[in-house]
Amino acid sequence: MKFSENWLRSLCNPGLDTAQLEHLVTMAGLEVEAVEPAAPAFDKVVVAEILSAEKHPNADRLQVCRVKVGEGEPLQVVCGAPNARAGLKTACALVGAELPGEFKIKQAKVRSVESFGMLCSAKELGLTEAAEGILELPADAPVGEDFRAYRRLDDNLLTLKLTPNRGDCLSVLGIAREVAALTGAQLNHIDCSPVAATIADTFPVTVDEAKACPRYCGRVIRGIDAQAATPAWMLERLERSGLRGIHPVVDVTNYVLLELGQPMHAFDLTKLKGGIRVRLGQAGEKLALLNEQTIELAADTLAVADDSGALALAGVMGGAASAVSEATQDIFLESAHFVPAAIAGRARRYGLSTDSAHRFERGVDIDLPRHALERATRLILDICGGQAGPLVETVTELPQRRPVAFRPARACRLLGIDLDAAEMRAIFGRLGMQVSEQGDAFQVTPPGFRFDIEREVDLIEEVARVHGYEAIPIVAPKGEARLLPVPEAERTVLEAKRLLNARGYQEIITYSFIAAELDADFRASGQAVALLNPIASQMDTMRGSLMGGLVQTLRHNLNHGQERLRLFELGRCFNGAAAEAQPLRLAGLAYGHARPEQWGEAKREADFFDVRGDIEALMHPLPIRFERAGHPALHPGRTACIALDGQVIGWLGTLHPRLVQKYDFVRAPILFELDWSAVVTRMAPRYLGLSKFPAVRRDIAVVADADVAVGDMLTAARANLPAKMVDISLFDVYQGKGMESGKKSLAFSMLLQDTEKTLTDVEIEAAVDKMTQFLAERFNATLRAA
Amino acid sequence: MSKLDEILGEAQAAFAAVDSLPALDQAKARFIGKSGLITEQMKGLGALAPEARKAAGAQINQVKDQVEALLKARREAIQAAQLERQLKEESLDVTLPGRGEAMGGLHPVTLALERIEALFATIGFAVADGPEVETDFYNFTALNIPEDHPARAMHDTFYVEDGQLLRTHTSPVQVHYMQDHQPPIRIIAPGRVFRVDSDATHSPMFHQVEGLWVDEQASFANLKGVIQDFLQRFFERDDLRVRFRPSFFPFTEPSAEMDMSWGDGWLEIGGCGMVHPNVFGHVGIDPERYQGFAFGLGVERLAMLRYGVDDLRLFFENDLRFLKQFA
Repeated sequence: MKFSENWLRSLCNPGLDTAQLEHLVTMAGLEVEAVEPAAPAFDKVVVAEILSAEKHPNADRLQVCRVKVGEGEPLQVVCGAPNARAGLKTACALVGAELPGEFKIKQAKVRSVESFGMLCSAKELGLTEAAEGILELPADAPVGEDFRAYRRLDDNLLTLKLTPNRGDCLSVLGIAREVAALTGAQLNHIDCSPVAATIADTFPVTVDEAKACPRYCGRVIRGIDAQAATPAWMLERLERSGLRGIHPVVDVTNYVLLELGQPMHAFDLTKLKGGIRVRLGQAGEKLALLNEQTIELAADTLAVADDSGALALAGVMGGAASAVSEATQDIFLESAHFVPAAIAGRARRYGLSTDSAHRFERGVDIDLPRHALERATRLILDICGGQAGPLVETVTELPQRRPVAFRPARACRLLGIDLDAAEMRAIFGRLGMQVSEQGDAFQVTPPGFRFDIEREVDLIEEVARVHGYEAIPIVAPKGEARLLPVPEAERTVLEAKRLLNARGYQEIITYSFIAAELDADFRASGQAVALLNPIASQMDTMRGSLMGGLVQTLRHNLNHGQERLRLFELGRCFNGAAAEAQPLRLAGLAYGHARPEQWGEAKREADFFDVRGDIEALMHPLPIRFERAGHPALHPGRTACIALDGQVIGWLGTLHPRLVQKYDFVRAPILFELDWSAVVTRMAPRYLGLSKFPAVRRDIAVVADADVAVGDMLTAARANLPAKMVDISLFDVYQGKGMESGKKSLAFSMLLQDTEKTLTDVEIEAAVDKMTQFLAERFNATLRAA
Repeated sequence: MSKLDEILGEAQAAFAAVDSLPALDQAKARFIGKSGLITEQMKGLGALAPEARKAAGAQINQVKDQVEALLKARREAIQAAQLERQLKEESLDVTLPGRGEAMGGLHPVTLALERIEALFATIGFAVADGPEVETDFYNFTALNIPEDHPARAMHDTFYVEDGQLLRTHTSPVQVHYMQDHQPPIRIIAPGRVFRVDSDATHSPMFHQVEGLWVDEQASFANLKGVIQDFLQRFFERDDLRVRFRPSFFPFTEPSAEMDMSWGDGWLEIGGCGMVHPNVFGHVGIDPERYQGFAFGLGVERLAMLRYGVDDLRLFFENDLRFLKQFA
């Protein structure tokens, strides 16, 4: 909502300067988004008349003008504008004037002719961005009057950012009402008294959709003057609200919309057939709108029609065919109430955004159509002349305003204030609400324009607003002092992230939506979730994996000179739209050398096992297993699924060569992705006792087939530990020179211990033999000759 | 000079001439060993008369003690020299860089979020979570935003199939949580939210933190208290002021925009208000008995102010030259 400050002050003028007024309404919930001067600062510019304009003796394009600027002698002014001519009224900056851009007007010689001022263009006065020639003022402009005063330029344009609940403030009157309520300043009267009919003409109106349009007021006006012009004061107010003058009748309806908040429409009466009918659109019905757009009405769009078809999209925009034009002499003025539910969303559906729809969607005072029609009639008769017929009103099913119960004690409890009931009652009074007391409670009836007041809390908000949010104290809450649960068998997000940091991984946050193709490259399971209205095609699908974002981030950073990266992200992936199909995952990427470049260490490319070590550290002490598996984005021979308690909880592998090529990497990044729900769990520590007796280590080397999975051997061995053996681990793998082809050597160390006594050699040998035998039987692994 | 003095002189010279412990041991054998010069002197005593033997013996023993003292002194000197040498050889250039993995860091949005969670935890706010692809019911209807309500236009919503959408705010988590829990409730819900909006100051994805406190007493005055306390602690500035401006959100009433004093002016940092009775109605909490407040903070905004980041877009470019500055 944009309007002139002077217009507002003409209705309510509190003793506040602009800044105070701005603060007042902002702090009452009507946010002032912008305050701009109607014109930049300048002074000593007056309305002037050019008495004569002669060619400059020494310059072809200049004229020497005699200019009347008031009572005194005319001034001689040199002017370069081609439109400077005798008889023209324009603006003249006098000697000593200062124009926008710190441009000072001095007495000067222009090509040896004295000049005592400057004739001004709109651009030179900062009124427009561009101008051709000097200003051309109407013939009745009073010579000598200060130009700022003449054009009422000492004004500001206020732009309010109104919330959807305050439809009542979508008018200058509405804001004035609010200012009056907040300050106690007087609210000036706008004459909306009935205009007596001078002709008997009416036009029939039928409302089929009474629920959607409970009130429809109309009036015929005949014989308006097609030559009439919109007065300057009205154009000025319209322009300062961002509207252009179109036609005096249209300007009046726009003016009343801005002034009172009632959207209206004027039809060219001669173009209407039969009678007005407010009805729903018919399937396939077409309507050419004022903006030259042709729409097809739907069965739930409300139309204003006549016998020949739809005339207007009700409450949104009029049609082109029945619009007033320069030739129009007879009009039918519409001032109706459409309920929000009948209008809401309709404009948007057709890609329209109009002042009318904006107001009806938020609600308009149901009592307003009649007043607004009288107001508009009076203005049209004043400006365009003509004869008004009687106002005809079609009213059905007017909703009743019911009083709302209000408990002062409840307001105090909710707001945390200590305010007298009497003060609250006074606040309601200032807001134009009727209050009756019933015991400890009030019955409050809001005025018609406050259709947003429906329940007690709406009134509590009004109390808070008018009392002032700033007057509500700042109080630390009191609550039960209870500790939050801290589950020891869960790790925090921060712990996991900091562990990855310590192993070199940098956290990233990428968009949850990615290109469909990228998603397809990395999605391991589930249904892709596509956006119906993506912001761009490369962000049209909800990611099924975090790996795509990691790979894209890698690409970006390689392009910016990075060579070695460790990245991770924690975020949701989308396998469907259901809540349970949006698992939180933790994924990482490693690229480049195993270690940052440093002295005293040989360079080596990071590989699968470096990252596996990172995952093992992350998951410690959970007994995760890595098993050979396939993933669509990963190298089939270099991919493991990660299992915990028999469930697959993630993946580790190097990027598939096909994708390495597609995303143009020199080497294959190593990627992992884990279900956060698995990472978050850990075992709460539990003490198992210490043995007082020393542990003994024994090592063996066995030869096994090269394709035996060592992880499987270890898992099986650990599940089948002989008596007295407490652990077995791998400390070397050898394949190559000295080994039979197709075989590999595995070195295991075994830890043996008894909690009761020191082990004997016999017990130790027996346990080692048993394990050796187990490995031989299960994995065909033979003890390597020493 | 007597023979004994000669031996003593020789020993002194011999010990001084060696500079290792094995060589010293060899030199020692020449004087004190089985066939050492002193031992030989002892053997010569037998040939002397008893009185002379006693005096000579005493003299030999005295020399022997002196030789042994020399030996001990020399041994200690050699050991000290050796240790000195070892220390010198083993000395490092301690100014060389350390070896190992380089540290990674957290994303600045995470830093801000962790800080927010930690601060609210100190007064008992638990952390709640919810889905990012939401139903219309949770994102709008249950929050008192019916279909075609003009407030929906304030949320430029991304839609997916089946009428589902990307949550436009973290407020749906309120609804999920209140469906499952009765008051007293004290939670924050951090997370990603989405709006169809992309320019220099808007990202189609950003982070919010929702806060919710419901009990029998939580008032608007308390809301002001919590927010001011939070902002002063978050920015570690006791002089920081907050301003609450009346505003409108369908799910709170009264509603407010929160502004924070910054430099000479005010900056908007989020919206808040008292939970609307209709929201309580949707989740089965008695609005006559319970009341409470909710607030939503923009995390990127807080992170930008806290860390001096001047361009929102940097957060999601994930350029390491940017991210490394938040170690």
